[in-house]
Amino acid sequence: MSGTGSIGRRLTLLLAGVAALLSVLSWGMVTSFALQAAERTQDNILAASATIIAETLRTEQGEVRLELPYAAFSMLGAVSEDAVYYRVMAGDDMLTGYEDLTGGRQPDLPGQVVFDTIEYRGASLRMASITRLVLAGTQPQPVTVSVAQTRNGIGTIAGDLSQTAAIMSVAFFVLAVALSAFAARTSLRPLTDFAQAVSRRGPSDLRPLRREAPAELAPLMTSLNRLMDRLGQSIRRSEDFIAEAAHRVRTPLATVRAQAEIVLHSTESEDEKHRLRKMIRAVDESSRSAGQLLDHATVAYRAENLARDQVDLADLAATVADALRPTASMKDIEIELTTESALVLGDPVLLENALRNVLDNAVKYSADETTIALRVASDGIESVITVCDQGPGLGDGPVDHLTERFRRGGNVEGIVGSGLGLTIASDVLTAHSGRLDLHSQEEGPGACVSLVLPSA
Amino acid sequence: MRIACLAVCLSLWAVCAAAQEIEDHRHYPGTGSQVLRIVSTADLEVFEPFLLRFQASRPALGIDYTVVSSAELHRAIRDGMAYDLALSSAMDLQFQLANDGYARAYRSEVTDALPDWARWRDLIFAFTAEPAVMVISSERFDGLPLPATRQDLITVLRDNPDRFRGAVGTYDVRDSGLGYLFATQEARSSDAYWRLSEVMGRLDPQLYCCSAQMIDDVAEGRLALAYNVLGSYAEERLAREDNSNLRIIRMEDFANVMLRTAMIPANAEAVAEAGAMLDALLTEGMREARGDLVLPPLQRSSDPERLSFGPIRLGPALMVYLDPLNRRAFLEAWENAMEQR
Repeated sequence: MSGTGSIGRRLTLLLAGVAALLSVLSWGMVTSFALQAAERTQDNILAASATIIAETLRTEQGEVRLELPYAAFSMLGAVSEDAVYYRVMAGDDMLTGYEDLTGGRQPDLPGQVVFDTIEYRGASLRMASITRLVLAGTQPQPVTVSVAQTRNGIGTIAGDLSQTAAIMSVAFFVLAVALSAFAARTSLRPLTDFAQAVSRRGPSDLRPLRREAPAELAPLMTSLNRLMDRLGQSIRRSEDFIAEAAHRVRTPLATVRAQAEIVLHSTESEDEKHRLRKMIRAVDESSRSAGQLLDHATVAYRAENLARDQVDLADLAATVADALRPTASMKDIEIELTTESALVLGDPVLLENALRNVLDNAVKYSADETTIALRVASDGIESVITVCDQGPGLGDGPVDHLTERFRRGGNVEGIVGSGLGLTIASDVLTAHSGRLDLHSQEEGPGACVSLVLPSA
Repeated sequence: MRIACLAVCLSLWAVCAAAQEIEDHRHYPGTGSQVLRIVSTADLEVFEPFLLRFQASRPALGIDYTVVSSAELHRAIRDGMAYDLALSSAMDLQFQLANDGYARAYRSEVTDALPDWARWRDLIFAFTAEPAVMVISSERFDGLPLPATRQDLITVLRDNPDRFRGAVGTYDVRDSGLGYLFATQEARSSDAYWRLSEVMGRLDPQLYCCSAQMIDDVAEGRLALAYNVLGSYAEERLAREDNSNLRIIRMEDFANVMLRTAMIPANAEAVAEAGAMLDALLTEGMREARGDLVLPPLQRSSDPERLSFGPIRLGPALMVYLDPLNRRAFLEAWENAMEQR
């Protein structure tokens, strides 16, 4: 994460960088345009001033006369506070103005206005010159009018505009950064959504993602789906293998048990009978474990394509209670059934599996001559089957862990068990959008396990 | 050798000093060695109270105050004579000095507070706004209607040639920079100027260099009216002596408002002191209260007459009439109007 950083931040920084570059560029352009515009304005005013002066040239008795028009200078003063210099030359003689205002381009043709930038008295001047032919005596005489102005005004105007442009550029930049951040976040939203969709999934949900993904994310989604498909297949294969193995173990075990029973009934030796009973119990446990493994595989398989049949939990509870009563009666345990009709939607096989495992657990952990209460209740929203025993309870450890695979409670020493029972129940309920609640009896010893399902 | 050198220097200084037509000069010694040299067109009588007040706040500073004509001041600064502050009533000459690079830029909080029209490029600063007025002798006008416009004045002068012959005073625009400024600005603004000049020219007008003398002559009855006199001098005169004969008339059709301007010459030495003096002048100029003002202020917002016409604008247009060709043409026209015998 720290190595490659955040795409969003990188995108934002990149866009901000582009915006900064554009801001600086636009500022530079505005500044240069402002300077050009200011220069052109000054040129125009200087040209107007020089032209007005040239227009007032006249001759009196063969002599060139000039009366500087007031407007020629007042218009220069109106625009900026710049020093003004001028010079009027009749041929090679100076008529009036600043004698040392020399240099600069001179117009080639009469009537043409030329501009130049010159150095004068330590300042940079912009000068406009115009030549007019004035009839002096018999000869037309060229008279050149030059009007020059310092350039502080255009510097100020350009500076002001440049400053405004700079402020606008900064504002533009800030806006662009904000928009960049927004754009980065918006364009990365599909990715975030995608990640959330994946992380929201349950641990065993390996269905392919079916989402509208942008073109850039499609390959990732395809790869992910392919990976999940392969993973699912792999899990399914191993579950098939487990189911197959359990099945194959259970059948010979049944044979062994049957043979052992025959031997038990035919033998006279108490010692041998005792050993054979121990053997039969071990075979029973193994068979039960194999059955549970099979159940687990069944749950994993059936939960993927869950059936949605209407099931009455009352019937289910009655069936399971009947099935386990022989086992219970061996320990003189009574199963007390209290039911009301509670309809749910689901896979009857799985639900039965779950309840059987829970009830089986209860029978297994209960002491002889106790009662197990099996209650079915429904409040219209949730339907609950509760199994309460009078066994040793849940122990002191965290209750949630008990539903993990092969995890057993902290107080089960001496009792044979695989630790799969509650896992199976929990998986079934999760597949049905229900949950398994474990809690100790409020009064007296024992634990209660509730299978909570949404009502139909 | 050293003494000889000193002698040469002294004599050179003496020559320089002699070359300059000094109207008045006064030195106010300070307790320290620093001296602020001011060259000004303002009469000492008007200006002294302000100088004393300034010196009271900085007793260490000596002040050397020289009064010259505005043309003389212009020439002195152009020739590079050593002054630290130049105060002139001739805006055009002062502006030309600044335009041509003889002024040093100065900036302070006070100059920043000045209205735009009262300064040009941190080089010259206006510290008073003084209107041109007409001063009349009440005795000589006895029984005549008091003119309020130029047209009224033309009518009065034309109808009573005997009463006003030889008794009309105005600036000799050939000598007086301020007179030339008033005349050119008035000629530009109002066509009545030339008609008025024609009428005055027929009455054998008396020509003066300075406002003060014109006011004196009106006060003493030698003149019936003085045209284009500095209002500030007239008011100061009225404030100083209770003269029932003297009367100030402001033209209602149009009046020039001259800005008295200050600048620090480019070769000034006591720049900081000159700046302090300038700030003091501008602060005084920007005050609203009339009470104890020594100088007429820049703005009189309470005075409605001030609103009808603004002061002469500080800008390159002022240089138009300084152009030798224009000046020659204007003086020719003026002489033709004024001197018809």
